[in-house]
Amino acid sequence: MNETKDTTSTDGVGIIQMRHVSKWYGDFQVLANCTTSVDKGEVVVICGPSGSGKSTLIKVINGLEPFQEGTITFNGISVGDRTTNLPKLRSQIGMVFQNFELFPHISIMQNIKLAQMKVLGREDNQARNRSMELLERVGLTDQRDKFPAQLSGGQQQRVAIARGLAMDPMAMLFDEPTSALDPEMINEVLDVMTELAKEGMTMMVVSHEMGFAKRVADRVIFMDQGRIVEDATKDDFFGTPRGDRAQLFLSKILHH
Amino acid sequence: MMRGALRVGLSVVVLLGLTGCAGDFRYNWQWSILTCTSENIDAGCIGPYFYWILQGLWWTIAVASAAWVIAFSLGSVIGILRTLDKPILVVVPFVKSPIYFRTRWIGTSKGIITVDVGWFLHGFANIYVTVFRNVPLLVQLFLWYFVFPELVPHDAGMWLKRDLPFPEVSTAIFCLGLYTASRVAEQVRAGINSISRGQQYAAMAIGLTPVQVYRYVLLPVSFRIIIPPLTSDFLGVFKNSSLALTIGVLELTAMTRQIEEYSYAGFEAFTAATVLYIGVTAIVMGAMRIVEARVRIPGMISLQAK
Ligand SMILES: Nc1ncnc2c1ncn2[C@@H]1O[C@H](COP(=O)(O)OP(=O)(O)OP(=O)(O)O)[C@@H](O)[C@H]1O
Ligand SMILES: [Mg+2]
Repeated sequence: MNETKDTTSTDGVGIIQMRHVSKWYGDFQVLANCTTSVDKGEVVVICGPSGSGKSTLIKVINGLEPFQEGTITFNGISVGDRTTNLPKLRSQIGMVFQNFELFPHISIMQNIKLAQMKVLGREDNQARNRSMELLERVGLTDQRDKFPAQLSGGQQQRVAIARGLAMDPMAMLFDEPTSALDPEMINEVLDVMTELAKEGMTMMVVSHEMGFAKRVADRVIFMDQGRIVEDATKDDFFGTPRGDRAQLFLSKILHH
Repeated sequence: MMRGALRVGLSVVVLLGLTGCAGDFRYNWQWSILTCTSENIDAGCIGPYFYWILQGLWWTIAVASAAWVIAFSLGSVIGILRTLDKPILVVVPFVKSPIYFRTRWIGTSKGIITVDVGWFLHGFANIYVTVFRNVPLLVQLFLWYFVFPELVPHDAGMWLKRDLPFPEVSTAIFCLGLYTASRVAEQVRAGINSISRGQQYAAMAIGLTPVQVYRYVLLPVSFRIIIPPLTSDFLGVFKNSSLALTIGVLELTAMTRQIEEYSYAGFEAFTAATVLYIGVTAIVMGAMRIVEARVRIPGMISLQAK
């Protein structure tokens, strides 16, 4: 069961592989023996009650949070290895947060350009062109010289997605990208994400938008108390009877 | 700016009123003594004393500015070090470990030994702030000036006592700088910590290195937040510089006392000094308000973290 020392194996095709991962905050166990893998081009939606460890599961994948047991590899590189170049690894994984987290002191354009120039070493022109492409794609070219605080929540979140895509990542992680948004703005963000999924982006999405899950997910993971309780294909998850907790949870979020 | 000037003017009037007219207080104000020249020997004038005051003001400004340069740069570094909560791993070159071990500050991974430098830096910064903030400034001044040269190796002590240029001024600058650095460090730390954790995650997630996270995200935002407390620390260094008179720096307050001793025109001299202190303070506050306005972020009501 305990594979703490095994950091080299890359068998399987999963671009993200997680094996027997456990994490504690002091005595409190946030993740308990989580095992899953995400293939290239797959879209996985993660749901579960508040405090079940969804955000933490996302954050250990790109090493934003350390974990104590198990192994995680991204594209064959071990995330938990002390000698792994984490900034480089993270630059290949886009991430979108519940509260957008745009950098408030620089313009929209600079937000998208920053890492392209400082991490990828792109020239100013190159970075600007790529940023314009992405702004066009999320429909915000006319907002490029504004500052984050001057945009609506939905607009900010679309910029945040563009900022992640600007690094040409191999996968995108989303942590409740729509739950801080007013209802009328949710769809403008989900539309961008749906399009992204259709283009074959590998995505892990923490979300309670079950409509989105039904439309674009390949698999759905249900978490409870730090455990992965269900890990099923979309059809299985929404079709066949499941464990009591998942059913109860689903009935709560689907009927309101 | 207009309002600021008005307020300064009012303060001065109130001050003069208090010193001049309170109760039975009678004083024969002789402002001319400040501008007297050495021809008026009979009036006991070896002035012009106004030059003494300006000289004192110059030294006050020089000591405070130089001390602030030290305080700001050193304080920023120490404040940043105090916010380090992630290990900074440095690989020990050439040495490999055949056994697996891991402690808070040293560990192995596949035989490669890594040392957590951040742990040492963080500890150093904590000790620095504790020591320099909790020893009274006057005591620190005496320690640096009288005790420190005796504690260091003999040759270094001799150099400090004999060859250090402007020994009193240098010691005062150094001491004030190190003390104020501990205060700046606390402001910088508080500023960085007030930024939501999500900002740091976002900066790390796009691939910035820890240094870049500070350089491009945390510091630009937190320094904007802490302009007001930093201003008051700068004013603090300016006012605290008057303590330097205890080791013989002829700054504004020292000069004022000297005028009193020579001419007995103590009230005039102290009033002039007070006006100058308030004037410089007002200028600094006005300047900082302009700086604050210039770096204000469009659309932001408050920079404080959500
Ligand atoms: N830094 C921390 N220190 C201690 N406990 C933490 C920390 N961060 C999270 N936790 C705890 O870990 C558990 C899982 O947190 P996590 O944020 O992953 O949950 P979640 O499933 O994303 O919940 P939500 O739906 O509310 O976002 C929670 O009980 C939380 O209180
Ligand atoms: Mg969460």
